[in-house]
Amino acid sequence: MELLEKNEKLQDNKLGSFEAKIERDDAIEPRDNMPEGYRKHLIRQMSQHAHSEVIGMQPEGNWITRAPSLRAKQILLAKIQDEGGHGLYLYSAAETLGITRDEMIAQLHSGKAKYSNIFNYPALTWADIGAIGWLVDGAAIVNQVSLQRTSYGPYSRAMVRICKEESFHQRQGYEIMAKMMNGTAAQREMAQDAMNRWWWPSLMMFGPHDSESPRSGDAFKWKIKRSTNDELRQKFIDKTVQQAEVIGLKVPDADLRWNEEKKCYDHGPINWEEFHSVINGNGPCNNQRMAHHKKVHAEGAWVREAAEAYRLKEEKLN
Amino acid sequence: MDTQLGKWEVFMQAKPGANYIHAGTIHASDKKMALQNARDTYTRRGEGTSIWVVPTDAIVASNPDDNDMFFDPSNDKTYRLPTFYVMPEGAKAI
Ligand SMILES: [Fe+2]
Ligand SMILES: [Fe+2]
Repeated sequence: MELLEKNEKLQDNKLGSFEAKIERDDAIEPRDNMPEGYRKHLIRQMSQHAHSEVIGMQPEGNWITRAPSLRAKQILLAKIQDEGGHGLYLYSAAETLGITRDEMIAQLHSGKAKYSNIFNYPALTWADIGAIGWLVDGAAIVNQVSLQRTSYGPYSRAMVRICKEESFHQRQGYEIMAKMMNGTAAQREMAQDAMNRWWWPSLMMFGPHDSESPRSGDAFKWKIKRSTNDELRQKFIDKTVQQAEVIGLKVPDADLRWNEEKKCYDHGPINWEEFHSVINGNGPCNNQRMAHHKKVHAEGAWVREAAEAYRLKEEKLN
Repeated sequence: MDTQLGKWEVFMQAKPGANYIHAGTIHASDKKMALQNARDTYTRRGEGTSIWVVPTDAIVASNPDDNDMFFDPSNDKTYRLPTFYVMPEGAKAI
């Protein structure tokens, strides 16, 4: 009995130190005490973030061999390599919470772990590569800038590193769109078509409205999240609409209007039915994305095995 | 079995003469691969002039529960600070 009480007290002290740190805006580090819920929430969020970076290489990788110039190909290769790097930073940061990269990949393959819904849409034309860089990376940047202040140290540090690299991604995409809008009528049409297809899924990237996922949740209490979905979405819309206007692209939203009172744009209703249907596996590319990841993972197994065998042999020799 | 190869911590020197700073973690089977992966992962934009890689399980970390005792600043030992000492009147450049 006494031991039990002592144990409980110790537990209370530990949680107390965690809460005090959160309160002071101190970063939480891997060996610090943290509630199980905090650890679980982070593993889910960070592994989903890592998977998104990696799966996100597929729609763009699809265009490497078809890039319209050597310059465009070099840029696209560098951009996709960055995304692979972002995945690696995030897997490593998540591993500090006591899960292995192997386990995370297994969870992706079993469907237990998700990745960003946006990558279940196809990149149909070269203009899609512009739209992805400008809109999808643009939306990701807004979210990631906010996450630089997340309470978990390794996650926050990964975000700082990632944000430094992301601005080139968005600019190269916007440059593609601007070039096409300066081109032939067919190119302008292609750019507008890409805009029409990517605008709404980009807005969905920020997740459900705040009325569905309130600010009072654990993610805010623990300072994992610093801004709400709607706040981030609004930030993205407000800066992107002007960029569209500059190059003559129309935002495909008949209800989009500047709200003088609130000093921001009002937008039309988001099709959440589509969002949920795509999340639940009915998007145009869900199966293709997973099948490709599993295939490449399996095909690379011999390389990892050979590397291990080589290490063991070298160790024996030395 | 974990198929993702061993973990290594990466430390980078940003410019000659600077301290080595922890950049992150990579996976690799041996020293050579660890250096190459660290370069590919953490120096795609000329961020460093030199890299160290260290097997993750070779790192010994302090326990945050012991912080109070372990990092006791010894405020009573003021003789560790230069202001503790009385310098003779007129002495310069000290
Ligand atoms: Fe990224
Ligand atoms: Fe990116």
